[in-house]
Amino acid sequence: MGRKFNYKASGDSAILMSLDEDINEKTNKRIVSLANRIERDADGYFEEVIIGFRTLLVQYNPLKVSYHSAVEKLTYLESVSGNSTEQERRHIEIPVLYGGEYGPDLDSVAQLNSLSPEEVIKIHSEASYLVYFLGFTPGYPFMGGMSKEIATPRLDSPRISIAPGSVGIANDQTGIYPVESPGGWRIIGQTPLQLYNFKKEQPFLLGAGDYVTFRVILNDEFNDIKKRVEEGSYVSTVKERN
Amino acid sequence: MFEIIKPGVFTTVQDLGRNGYQKYGLAVSGSADHHAHRMANILVGNPESAAVLEVTLMGLKMMVHKPTVIAVTGGDLNFTINNTDSSMWSAVRVDKGDIINFTGCRSGCRAYVSVVGGITVPEVLGSRSTDTIGKIGGVEGRALKRGDMIPFEEQSIHHFQGIRRSLPHHLIPKYTSDVRVRVLLGPQEEAFEEDSITTFFSSSYQVTKDTNRMGCRLEGNEIKHKSGADIVSEGIFFGAIQVPKNGQPIIFLVGRQSIGGYTKIGGVITSDLPKLAQVKPGDRITFERVTIEEAHRLLMEEEKDFSVLRSYSYR
Repeated sequence: MGRKFNYKASGDSAILMSLDEDINEKTNKRIVSLANRIERDADGYFEEVIIGFRTLLVQYNPLKVSYHSAVEKLTYLESVSGNSTEQERRHIEIPVLYGGEYGPDLDSVAQLNSLSPEEVIKIHSEASYLVYFLGFTPGYPFMGGMSKEIATPRLDSPRISIAPGSVGIANDQTGIYPVESPGGWRIIGQTPLQLYNFKKEQPFLLGAGDYVTFRVILNDEFNDIKKRVEEGSYVSTVKERN
Repeated sequence: MFEIIKPGVFTTVQDLGRNGYQKYGLAVSGSADHHAHRMANILVGNPESAAVLEVTLMGLKMMVHKPTVIAVTGGDLNFTINNTDSSMWSAVRVDKGDIINFTGCRSGCRAYVSVVGGITVPEVLGSRSTDTIGKIGGVEGRALKRGDMIPFEEQSIHHFQGIRRSLPHHLIPKYTSDVRVRVLLGPQEEAFEEDSITTFFSSSYQVTKDTNRMGCRLEGNEIKHKSGADIVSEGIFFGAIQVPKNGQPIIFLVGRQSIGGYTKIGGVITSDLPKLAQVKPGDRITFERVTIEEAHRLLMEEEKDFSVLRSYSYR
């Protein structure tokens, strides 16, 4: 069952619930399932829940509930959600075209780790990654699980513009840029999938608690998937897994 | 329709925000000053959340294409109709061909223009608010440009009884360049040197030119950390006062990102957040510590004012 959450007022309309545990899959499962439970039983008291690595930030409405009653309700929800860590998790495959114009930093990642570009691709695409939560920019996944063998520091000077779908490495993290933005991550490839598209019924490809794997694709398949994504006929590969 | 002749420094369509999407990394957005936004809508008989124009500092000039009733609240940006000074904080009739202009900033920073029936750009993910990072809401998810046509509800205003109705004087805020805001300590107050917490509450901080809808950036006496400024990334709330390594506070506003990895010394109470929407570069801010009970009491008092106003019949 693990330790209990600590509760702390954060401003006059939010409560920070934090778990003094390591950042791992188990902690993430507890946090995600409690977040779902709070949203389900919000009852007009709780307005939004933001998931962190080992925290939940719960916004409450102080005109409807006092801080102490809000904490009491959350403590109750914590006590009843504790054993529901067996929920099914989605596994999403993200096709990536590595290297070349879409992955200009693949070579530097290889060189700095004394590997060949092919070895970097192999290591990056063989691992399975856990999406701890989304944040920073719309649909941006904070992922864990990258091998330290391909860990590489950020670029000395950030790029002014990075294309949406770019897959990058910064230290021991890997990430995917959902929207065009500046950034200092080393870009090793690009996915033709859209992580954020507000025109779709489900605007976000990923969610907290999902698993991600990267599948190596070549130019033709990249163009084909990109076309189908734009037409709206592409269906991502999603498997349920425990 | 309003036709934008000059967009000004930064004008956007905003309602009270896009709620429920922070866990996906979308900003809440919405009017930076909820108080002025709600008052503007109450004056024209709208639901308080109806979409309005948020005008920053100066320069918006637009032409009215259909007679309607508007109200302008918030910062005094020298609001004129056909080059004649016009009343803020009251319902004003405008006719086809009238030119609405905001020529300069006398006090505050952001003005709000409400219109009977509200601005009717399409809702995106449950809100009409412009989010320039997610590129959604308002007009194509961006600040207004010359030539934009801003739609509002096409309804008859013959039955509108509230023309020239104004807010009672005591409810109109005075925006000054010295602002005092009340703060709850935490959630990471233990990360700071005790002397630094004293420094924070006894110094005045100047608003820098990098201030925008995402955050109010301040400059002043350094707030020192005991060991480090980094924390494991966690959710951020409206009014959170983050202090990164350089010891200079940033207060998060409506355009904030959802997640951050720096220590937060405190949070500005909800009742004082509108003041932060009305400061501009060069203004000064001081902080005063209060309890959560006090913060909630102030909020409830303010809501009483709103419910009294709502109970007037404006139509």
